[in-house]
Amino acid sequence: MNAVELEFLNVSKRYGSLAVVNDLSLKVPAGRICVFVGPSGCGKTTSLKMVNRLIEPTSGEILIGGRNVMSEDPIELRRGIGYVIQQVGLLPHLTVAGNIAIVPRLLGWDAARVRARVEELMELVGLDVGRYRDRYPAQLSGGERQRVGVARALAADPPLMLMDEPFGAVDPIVRERLQDELLHLQERLAKTIVFVTHDIDEAIKMGDLVAVLQVGGVLAQFGPPAQILAHPASEFVARFVGADRALKLLSLRTVADLDLKPADTPDGPLLTQDMTLRDALSEILAAGTMSGRVVDESGRVVGEASIEQIAAALRETAARKPA
Amino acid sequence: MDLNVDVAWIVDHLDELAYRTFQHLLLASIAVGIGFVISFFLAVIAVRRRAAYAPILAFSDVLYTIPSLALFAVLISVTGITLLTVEIPLVMYTLVIFVRNIAAGFDSVPTDVIGAADGLGYTSSQRLWRVEVPLAVPLIIAGLRLAAVSTIGLVTVTSILGDSFGGLGFFILEGYRRSFPTELYFGAIPSILLAFLVDALLVRMERSITPWARSAAVAS
Repeated sequence: MNAVELEFLNVSKRYGSLAVVNDLSLKVPAGRICVFVGPSGCGKTTSLKMVNRLIEPTSGEILIGGRNVMSEDPIELRRGIGYVIQQVGLLPHLTVAGNIAIVPRLLGWDAARVRARVEELMELVGLDVGRYRDRYPAQLSGGERQRVGVARALAADPPLMLMDEPFGAVDPIVRERLQDELLHLQERLAKTIVFVTHDIDEAIKMGDLVAVLQVGGVLAQFGPPAQILAHPASEFVARFVGADRALKLLSLRTVADLDLKPADTPDGPLLTQDMTLRDALSEILAAGTMSGRVVDESGRVVGEASIEQIAAALRETAARKPA
Repeated sequence: MDLNVDVAWIVDHLDELAYRTFQHLLLASIAVGIGFVISFFLAVIAVRRRAAYAPILAFSDVLYTIPSLALFAVLISVTGITLLTVEIPLVMYTLVIFVRNIAAGFDSVPTDVIGAADGLGYTSSQRLWRVEVPLAVPLIIAGLRLAAVSTIGLVTVTSILGDSFGGLGFFILEGYRRSFPTELYFGAIPSILLAFLVDALLVRMERSITPWARSAAVAS
């Protein structure tokens, strides 16, 4: 199903005098990943859970494709939205296939259609059907569980996915791989995704748009990652994105973005074109040189990248007008 | 030790042993079955409405403190020497075991699993039957084992209500009254074996209906 636009309109959630989400308004265009990021107590998970009505807003409206979620039947609404939660929440008494089949079965699909869909999704997320179909969650690694969680959320081909710290429970190396896989999937699927994390690096990597929330559920800044890094809207955002925000900005661009000079340095570290500028800078500094040699896939040196060029790329990225 | 077992008597009474074993199982099954159904609903109410949790558990606890012989005696004057008099106390004594274990079974379902089930779009009754009950099975069966074994023991006491009841307890009481050890053992030993056998069958049943629990043990 095609992606849909998601809009928060003056949404607030209060428990007595405690404001958890405060007058949140933002719009996520169809097919984009919007990351809610902030410290604990900033209302990011609450905001997410109001989308599928696991929590109901005190005031304001949440519109999915222009339709107010409060006018939908909550059970139907949830079956139509992909949902991935932090501890994955696989049902331990169901196999991998059983877990992925949950929503299709709740929707009453026939057995053949469910089976075909399960196999299609297992292949999509990189789980061998013969090997994993009949395993129980307890027999899977953390990364495998996360893949099943994503496959399960995609089962009924929902236009909107909610992901609540989906990679919070796996180690950093697996997390990075899962992040890459999700971005890769998203290139094909183009779902509208709301992604919650407390990790600013993950937010910058995953988000087309990033919503920085502060305690009390106040939206501190909303925009593309480069804009938030280059032009933090407040002291809070600047502190939250960190003193290394210039380096983070560099991680948004790759060596391939540079206009390479002809290679005339005999030494200097070898840099690949898909390397981020942040990693390239680190390689150059570690080698104690002022530039590095850029190689193509075959390992042939195609040019030279210097610290000055990287600095220029940073200035150019930061100077881009806020979108 | 000389057990003074009269083999000829045993051989002559094997058909009665079969009948009393059957009766024993029947009396115990009725009590366990009815007790389970009542407890299941009490436990669901207790878990769904937290305010009801403590009162429901306290109620089943109080029932358990009533001495069984006294209860049988009192009931005779109300319901006479009937199956009802036999089953009311047996059912009551299963409640405390079942309610606690079934409630603990529901409580053992991880909150993230409940959260995931809600987020996926299970209705509340689908969640109960397809998620919470299956995951509570290990503790429910633990309760079933305790209740079955304790009820099989208590059935022998119902022999005080006369020859039509008591299951294998009939032999125990009659053997005691006649100071005839062979008959006493003839009731006591099979009733103990029966308890062991039923317990073993329930363990097997649990293994076959919770394949995921076994796989977890293998994986870890």
